[in-house]
Amino acid sequence: MNKTKLKGGIFNRVSDTNLLLSITVVIFILMYLGAIIFLGSGFKKPQMLFNILNANAALIITACGMSLVMISGSIDISVGGVVALVSMCCAVYLDVNHHNGNVYVSMLIALGIGLAFGIIQGLLVAYLNIQPFIVTLAGMFFARGMTTIVSTAPFNVKNQAFDKLKLTRINVPGMGSYNKKGLYIPAYVEIGVLVALAVVVILFLVLRYTRLGRAFYAVGGNQQSALMLGVNVKRTKFLSHVFCGLLAGLGGYVYFLHVGSGAASHATGMEMNAIASSIIGGTMLTGGVGNVVGTLFGVLSLSTIQNIVSSAGLDQAWWTGITIAAMLCIFLLIQSIVIRQRKRALKR
Amino acid sequence: MENTTLLEMRSIDKSFPGVHALQNVDFTLRSGEIHALMGENGAGKSTLIKVLTGVYSKDQGVINLDGRFDVKIHSPQDAQNLGISTVYQEITLCPNLTVAENMYIGRGKKPITNWRKMNSDADKILRKLDIPARATQQLGTCSIAVQQMVAIARAVDMDCKVLILDEPTSSLDEQEVEKLFGLMRDLKATGVGIIFVTHFLDQVYEVCDRITVLRDGQLVGEYEIKDLPRVQLVSKMLGKEMDDLSDIKSDQDAYLGEDADEPVYEATQLWSDAGIKPFDFHIRKGEVNGFTGLLGSGRSESVRAIFGADRVLGGIVRMHGRQVHIRGPKDAMKNGIAYLPEDRKIDGIIGDLSVRENIILALQVMKGFFKPFTKAQAYAFADEYIKKLNIKTASADTPVKSLSGGNQQKVILARWLLMHPEYLILDEPTRGIDVGTKIDIQKLVLELAKDGMSITFISSETDEMLRTCSRLIVMRDRKVVGELSGEDLTQSMIMSTIAGGE
Repeated sequence: MNKTKLKGGIFNRVSDTNLLLSITVVIFILMYLGAIIFLGSGFKKPQMLFNILNANAALIITACGMSLVMISGSIDISVGGVVALVSMCCAVYLDVNHHNGNVYVSMLIALGIGLAFGIIQGLLVAYLNIQPFIVTLAGMFFARGMTTIVSTAPFNVKNQAFDKLKLTRINVPGMGSYNKKGLYIPAYVEIGVLVALAVVVILFLVLRYTRLGRAFYAVGGNQQSALMLGVNVKRTKFLSHVFCGLLAGLGGYVYFLHVGSGAASHATGMEMNAIASSIIGGTMLTGGVGNVVGTLFGVLSLSTIQNIVSSAGLDQAWWTGITIAAMLCIFLLIQSIVIRQRKRALKR
Repeated sequence: MENTTLLEMRSIDKSFPGVHALQNVDFTLRSGEIHALMGENGAGKSTLIKVLTGVYSKDQGVINLDGRFDVKIHSPQDAQNLGISTVYQEITLCPNLTVAENMYIGRGKKPITNWRKMNSDADKILRKLDIPARATQQLGTCSIAVQQMVAIARAVDMDCKVLILDEPTSSLDEQEVEKLFGLMRDLKATGVGIIFVTHFLDQVYEVCDRITVLRDGQLVGEYEIKDLPRVQLVSKMLGKEMDDLSDIKSDQDAYLGEDADEPVYEATQLWSDAGIKPFDFHIRKGEVNGFTGLLGSGRSESVRAIFGADRVLGGIVRMHGRQVHIRGPKDAMKNGIAYLPEDRKIDGIIGDLSVRENIILALQVMKGFFKPFTKAQAYAFADEYIKKLNIKTASADTPVKSLSGGNQQKVILARWLLMHPEYLILDEPTRGIDVGTKIDIQKLVLELAKDGMSITFISSETDEMLRTCSRLIVMRDRKVVGELSGEDLTQSMIMSTIAGGE
């Protein structure tokens, strides 16, 4: 090995994060193109993609929070529980005074719940050095339990201001299609999608351009080194959990806005979908590598495959589960092969 | 500039559970000097450095810096802000970030990263220091030596008053060391005080102005370099007059030549995916030989191929004349080959397990995990080798990570010796450990050979190889370029073979 010679080649120039991101984006595009060609029908219309976004805006937001803790080398499995708790609390609140709760206050409730979870879990993980898995497992049980305490029965919201917000559709110009009678149906997204995209953009900028964002990567990459380099490791870890909690609260509200009800069974397994999306999007469980844009594509890939499975007539829960499992395996395989190939190439 | 006191550490005391690591230690650094901090492993050098850099908090004592009395250093950040920069022996950078980020993260107050400025600044420094890396390159894709130099570049760029170099040279080759020394002299000229921790005596005498010697957590003394000849330095570090280093080989048999008995191990055209050219190699019973060459010449890769640690791509291997297939470390172990890897942190030690568990590990693997040794057996093995190798540990149950580097190395050595291998490969067994332990290990190698074990020994220090090996295989650019034995075993012959001259 000649140590004094620079190693060139595009392959070696990009960082692990960007490499994994490009893999995800390419696979997603191929998959979507495949769906258009072989399944046709719904996939030809842009609205299919927007529907996927509408249904998964909340997942995008929570998965972004998940990516953030994973990049910092931690994990938060309480997000699904927090989403359920937020939906339930907001639903109950909006129903007080003869369905007259204030919509803005309900938003604050959602963010407050998320923030509280983030702060408490962050303190336990960062300052008391308790395993994040255990802490957030407890958080998950607690949130699920609290949801049931607030109301055992599902709770539908009948609140005018809220309904207005819920039914708000933002038309996407030029993406609509004509129905059989030749009537133009505009394509639309819900408010949640805008929130989700804003979250992705903001988090992307935070992770890439702020001191704190880079500290997340440093701590996830090598905690000891980060400490030696003068990064405040404890605070960074704490803040990653706070961010994740806050995003779970926000995701919870967007979820609530989409379904319009509170129920103890809401968002079951959402934390696992968030983790899966992050991983598909190129975030590594080992920390230090990842990107929220990848996470966005991770969520899209995950739900596209679900749609493909149901369009192909295999509309049973186990088929979806099996395909997601297979997809996770394939993604991880590709990731590890690419990273290994690259390490081998660099060795020479 | 000269002789103004920059840093004073007075009566520093630090205890860990069971160990009094520093007892009443004083240390003084003047501006514009390079000050060597010397001592055996476990003498307290690392602890002193870590107290100074805020990794450990001191139990007692005062640190005065640049005219400020009793500065408080509670974290590496505090140290950085006070102008104390450190380059550690192990790379303490983040491999997932870019080179430039590693140079700038954790510094400054600005909440927003200006990538363009950071990259161009970093590139400027890299060019100035002649470091072969790009600012935008991911650090993990650089070689270890380059990573180390990036760490130094970071420290240099921080306008530090005190620069601590904790064994920065152990992964650098000679050229790189020269470059580093040039850098150190430049910094010294600008009034920076440099604390230099190293095990290489040559390097101390090449660049340092003063030496402070520690032993067993206590201060032995501070000396001007010209007042302290090498032999005295070594005896001060060890705390005893040392028997002549060059004497240990005296009773070793000379290499018997090609017509001696059948080789224990013989390989023809062996090569692996680590990028070495196919090579032939053999070793006889009771022989000590070695691979030598510059860093990166393929000496480690060669022995890794022998042990099957890298993927073997071809070649015929015979043991005692019979052809065997070695596809992985386990095959090698079954055939009586043991390998002590270069990087004990990565390939060898399991820090959280006890000394006893680490020692019996390999034997247990060979026996099978479902047939565990009894506690009594395990203790017997452990105690035998703790005594035999003089491992300094509180007990057989102490976690290995709390031992000093040299003693960790001995634990791994014990692990392999317990297997009673016919053929033992030692890759840099003496790297980063103190003089006393180095000699212990060299002596041990010769004793084992006398008992009939075949040993391949690799070291970056040619003296060491000349003292222990009866035959040297010289490598250059991943190829075997020569073999030296008998009278050819001299420093100058090795050099000229490596250089490829006449």
